[in-house]
Amino acid sequence: MANDIQYRYEEDNLIKSEPNKYREEDLRSEEMVINLGPQHPSTHGVLRLEVVSDGEIIKEVVPHLGYLHRCFEKHAESLPYGQVIPFIDRMDYLAAMNSEHVYAMGVERMLGIADKLPKRVEYIRVLVAELNRIASHFVAIGTYAMDIGAFTPFFWLIRDREHIMRMLEWISGARMLYNYMWIGGLFYDLPVGFEERCVEFVKYLRPKLVELEKLIIENKIFIERTANIGVLPLDLAINYGITGPMLRGSGLKYDLRKVDGYSVYPEIDFDIPVGEGKMGSVGDCWDRTDVRVREIHESLKIIEQCLQKLTHEHKRTREFDPQELVPKKVRPKAQDFYVRGETPRGELGFFFRADGKSDVPFRCKGRSCCFVNLSVISELAKGSLIADLIAILGSIDIVLGEVDR
Amino acid sequence: MITNDIVLLLKTKFTEHVIVQVDENASPKAIVIEAANLLDVCKELHANEKTYFDMLSCITGLDNGPEAGTMEVVYNLYSIPYEISLMIRVVISRKDPEVSSVTEVWKTADWLEREIYDMFGIWFTGHPDMRRILMPADWEGYPLRKDYQQQEYYRGIKVEY
Repeated sequence: MANDIQYRYEEDNLIKSEPNKYREEDLRSEEMVINLGPQHPSTHGVLRLEVVSDGEIIKEVVPHLGYLHRCFEKHAESLPYGQVIPFIDRMDYLAAMNSEHVYAMGVERMLGIADKLPKRVEYIRVLVAELNRIASHFVAIGTYAMDIGAFTPFFWLIRDREHIMRMLEWISGARMLYNYMWIGGLFYDLPVGFEERCVEFVKYLRPKLVELEKLIIENKIFIERTANIGVLPLDLAINYGITGPMLRGSGLKYDLRKVDGYSVYPEIDFDIPVGEGKMGSVGDCWDRTDVRVREIHESLKIIEQCLQKLTHEHKRTREFDPQELVPKKVRPKAQDFYVRGETPRGELGFFFRADGKSDVPFRCKGRSCCFVNLSVISELAKGSLIADLIAILGSIDIVLGEVDR
Repeated sequence: MITNDIVLLLKTKFTEHVIVQVDENASPKAIVIEAANLLDVCKELHANEKTYFDMLSCITGLDNGPEAGTMEVVYNLYSIPYEISLMIRVVISRKDPEVSSVTEVWKTADWLEREIYDMFGIWFTGHPDMRRILMPADWEGYPLRKDYQQQEYYRGIKVEY
C-alpha cells in the first residue's frame, strides 16, 4: 500500500528536488561548496544557503527557498476577500498587524470605502500596527545580537516584547496571528483600560531602550562585528528594489508612511531615521540595526500621539461600532489594483485582479519585502568571510514565512 | 508627470502603435504594450530623465484560463524622485508563453521572474538563471495556472491533504 509510506527515502532525493547550482566539476580546485541550513538558527527559519568559498572567503552565495511555501496565492484565489486575512497573518508572522493593515486598506480602496472609515478605527489601526512594529524590531535586533554572539539582549528584548504580545492578545485574543483588522473596520473596539495600560507601557519602555542602546548598539564587540560589513550602496539597493530599514540604512529617506501618507500617518508627527555611517560606512550592518533602534523611538512617538487622539478627540463612545462599515459582501468592481504599505521590513504590496463577478479575487499576489530584500544577499556577501555572512543575513532581517509565502 | 504624458513620451520615442491600450480603470493607471516592445520600453522609462522609474516594485503573473487562452505579466514601476507609479501590462499567448526578461534594467526582476516561471511556466528570455525558486526542481506542472492538476504522489507522499 502506497498510502502507508509517508516518505520514500532514496539517496538522490535531495539532489533531484533541490539541486545545487554549482557542481563539483564547475569549481576551481581551491574552491568548495558549503551548505548552510535549512535547519540552522542563524538562517532565521528554513533557508538553505549554498556557499561557494575559497578558504574562508565567500565567492558566491546561492539561497534556496521554498521550504516554508504554503501556497498563499493559490489559497487566496479560492477564498472570499475577508477570509484571506488569516492567511496574510501567517505570511509575516512577526508583524501580522502591519500586513493586515495593508491588505484591508487595499480592499477598502477597491470598494471605495477607504475615506469613509471613522477616525477612531484608523487611529486604532495605526496604534496596533506601531505596537507590532516595535515587537517585530525587538525580535529582529534580539536575534541579530544572538547571531553575532551576544545572548543577553535577546532575553531583554523578548521580555519587553512580551508586554506587547499580551496587550495585543488582550485586544484580539491571539498573541501573534490576530485577524483583528477587518475589511471596513475592526474586529472589536479597544478593551476598556487599554489606552491607560499602553501609556504605562510607553513610559516603561523608554528607559529600557536607552539600556538597549548601551548594551548592543554602542557595544565595542558589536561595532567591530557589524561596522563596514555588508555595505550596501544606495544605487544597488534601489536597483534591487530594497525597501524598509535596509534602504534607509543606505541613506535614503524613503518611508511609505510619509511618501504615500496612507491612513492617518499624515496627521502624525514623526521622523524617518536614516543611516549616517557613524561607525563605518553608510549602509553597513551597523547602520541597518541602528535605523531599527531609532525607528522604535519614532514608533513610540506615533503611539503616544495616537493615544492622545484616542483618549480625547476620538474617545470611546457607547455608539461607536468598529464593524459599522464592514461590508456583508465584498465584491469590488472589475479592476487591477496595486496597494502598498510600510511594514517593519519594507514595502509590502498586494496586487489584486478583481473580475467584478465574484467575491473571490481572480488573482491576489503578495509582493513580499523579505523576498526582494533577500535577493541582494549574494552581492553583499561576495568577498566577505563566512562569519560575516551570518552578520549580513541577520541584518537583512528576513521572516521566512514571508519569503516563501 | 501623469500617465498621459508618459503615453505621449513613449509614442514620440517609439511609434504610435507601441501602446495598445491605456487602462484608466486600474490603479495605478496601466498601459498595455506588446511583449516584443517590453524591454525597450522599460529601458526608456528607466533611463529617461523625465520619468526615471528607478524602482520595480512588483511583477505579477496572471493566467486568464484555457478559454481565454492568454496569460499576462504585470509590472508595477515606481519613480522615487518624481513620486509617480505606473503599471505595465503585457498579454501573451498561453501556448509557449514567453516574455523578455527585464533583469538587465532592474535586478529586482531576477527573483520575481523566477517565481513567475515557477508558478506559471512563463519563460523569460535573457534571464541569467532561470530555475524554479519556491517549488522543488522536480515538481510537475505550474501550480498557479487555472487548469493546474496536482500530481497524486510526490516521493511517496500523498499530495492531496
